Amino acid sequence: MSTEVISQIDVDRTRGDFHYPEQHTFDAGTGLSHATVDYISDVKNEPAWIREFRHKALDVFLSKPMPTNWASQDLENIVFENIRYYLANSQRPTRSWDEVPDDVKRTFERLGIPEQERKFLAGVEAQFDSEAVYSNMKKALGDEGVIFVGSTEGLKEHPEIFKKWFGKVIPTGDNKFSALNSAVFSGGSFIYVPPGVKLKHPLQAYFRINAENFGQFERTLIIADEGSEVMYMEGCTAPKFETATLHSAVVELVALKGAKIQYVTVQNWSANVFNLVTKRAIAHEEAEVRWIDCNIGSRLTMKYPGVVLKGRKARGEVISIALANNGQHQDTGAKMIHAADETTSNVISKSISIGKGRSTYRGQVHIPKHLKGCKNNTECDALLINSTSRTDTYPAITVRGSGNSVQHEASVSQVSADQIFYMQQRGLTEAQAMSLSVNGFVNDLVREFPMEYSVELKRLIDLEMEGSVG
Amino acid sequence: MSLVIQNLHARVVGGQEILRGLNLEIEKGRVHAIMGPNGSGKSTLSKIIAGHPDYEVTSGEVLLDGTNILPLSPDARARAGLFLAFQYPVEIPGVSNANFIRAARQARLAEGEELDAVDYYGELYKEMDSLEIPRSFTARSVNEGFSGGEKKRNEVLQMAMLQPSYAILDETDSGLDIDALKIVAAGVNAQRSSNVGMLVITHYQRLLDYITPDVVHVLVGGRIVRTAGPELAHELESKGYDWIREDLAESASA
Repeated sequence: MSTEVISQIDVDRTRGDFHYPEQHTFDAGTGLSHATVDYISDVKNEPAWIREFRHKALDVFLSKPMPTNWASQDLENIVFENIRYYLANSQRPTRSWDEVPDDVKRTFERLGIPEQERKFLAGVEAQFDSEAVYSNMKKALGDEGVIFVGSTEGLKEHPEIFKKWFGKVIPTGDNKFSALNSAVFSGGSFIYVPPGVKLKHPLQAYFRINAENFGQFERTLIIADEGSEVMYMEGCTAPKFETATLHSAVVELVALKGAKIQYVTVQNWSANVFNLVTKRAIAHEEAEVRWIDCNIGSRLTMKYPGVVLKGRKARGEVISIALANNGQHQDTGAKMIHAADETTSNVISKSISIGKGRSTYRGQVHIPKHLKGCKNNTECDALLINSTSRTDTYPAITVRGSGNSVQHEASVSQVSADQIFYMQQRGLTEAQAMSLSVNGFVNDLVREFPMEYSVELKRLIDLEMEGSVG
Repeated sequence: MSLVIQNLHARVVGGQEILRGLNLEIEKGRVHAIMGPNGSGKSTLSKIIAGHPDYEVTSGEVLLDGTNILPLSPDARARAGLFLAFQYPVEIPGVSNANFIRAARQARLAEGEELDAVDYYGELYKEMDSLEIPRSFTARSVNEGFSGGEKKRNEVLQMAMLQPSYAILDETDSGLDIDALKIVAAGVNAQRSSNVGMLVITHYQRLLDYITPDVVHVLVGGRIVRTAGPELAHELESKGYDWIREDLAESASA
């Protein structure tokens, strides 16, 4: 089969690969120091406790080693002193697209955000480099007490809720990159859904990097109060620059008793972005948290969404699709920490490696001895397209006690030559056949995404498959 | 208008020769049958005509309405009008039957032309009904978890939907009970017309009771050694393939 031949894979990322000239009123300069932290805190006019939080975090960041001992050596190629940590024109997003500066507005129009907002979203936040330029929510939701604002506005306007949960799900020192984010965070969403309020339509955030040598560090905190329901979706793109870009977010979710949170990500960063993200949720009694995660872009992604199942009968789920093409490493997985009786968790991960692409699954499931009636199901399937493609699986499952059950299944497969020949005999080209086969492999998971995203996902997979044969 | 196979020599890539100077002409509107003992090269012939990458042609031509298709990729051959009903249809997990056939139809349209979904489904349902395939099969993954009979019916469905000029049915009777065989044969018969030439490959005469061929060939050792009318199939059934082999040995020594 000619699938052995790896030609240069040049993915058409035209939709995200464009940028406008930079014009920044606020620029923290290149490199990271306590002065950088002060600059960010000054322009944001933050309360003293946040400034102190940032400075402490910077010390933690500087003291922690890179996790290269267990992860990728590629991390050593990040040069922290060459990165710009804060770039913005304003600290306040507008409520109307008309007030967004023209080039920024054109950026989001090209990405289809205002159109999606009109069609099916309950609210949108659009972040451009360090700050949200636009943030708006349907008025009816505001009347019901729903809060959907940027993290800066959240900490200033709603300190009583913000302070209670901020940094509690993911402590500063969780890892080197959560510490970095805690020092220089800017942007991201703050969401609060009052008890019993169920959002019918999703809230969406779009993260856009426009500047070169830049680091984006958004911070998202979502609190779903008792019996409430919310779906949050995030998308992201960046232009393709010669130099590496860093994206390091921290996302904390709190689902109180009986609440449901679904967090959907379609990550399509350009292939020069280091995407090092820490995402974790706490699920209280009978609450449910689902991470629905798709990683297609970036140079290196390290992301393991987790759920701490803190209350009885809490449920956690990670549905994950990763696609690694030439020059990409998708190091993804899930963490399920069972901390109460009768908690259940489900992890389904599918990865596709193309050309010299590498995908890694890391899963951690922890069920301590004293718990009863806990269940975990983990399935991870890897599909290798070429003989040079690589996949690794590192499951770490610790289950103690007699009343708990765990299932783990893993498979690695290749698209078979017979399958491709069969489809070709029906008239599909080899590339079309490959694409259909890959779409079939992830089809059951793609269905978990909202319709508008699943269509986009299929399109992105088709684009990635172009040139994988030849 | 015909599918002409001229002095075809072919082998497994880098391996042993399997077809050794095969000649055959399948005219549009006619049904040819190829019978032969195990290992005679029957299934290989179908794969070679379709362009399976495991085989290589060392000499000879395959002309589809006058054009040599051997330089073409398998998909280009298919779009030129060649269809192969597989002996072992392949499963494609996660791809629904309806979407698969639709993609195959779409692949035959010109750039920028879109398939009419309503017409397509109308036609699909009609063909499925005549093959007694339940509607639920549109949403099921291609061949996944299908019984032997369901797989073969699905091959005949695809043939009906793609309307080839030349169709090769490779051991379409294998793995079928008599009821399934009747349904599949009826499906094939319904597609017999002056627009299509068919090549039915089978080990047993049984299938030819239901799909009556115009011509029967016997393939032994990579060559056609006998060609006659449908009565040849009955003769083989009663006398077995050894009869042909002995006959060949006799004429060789004579």
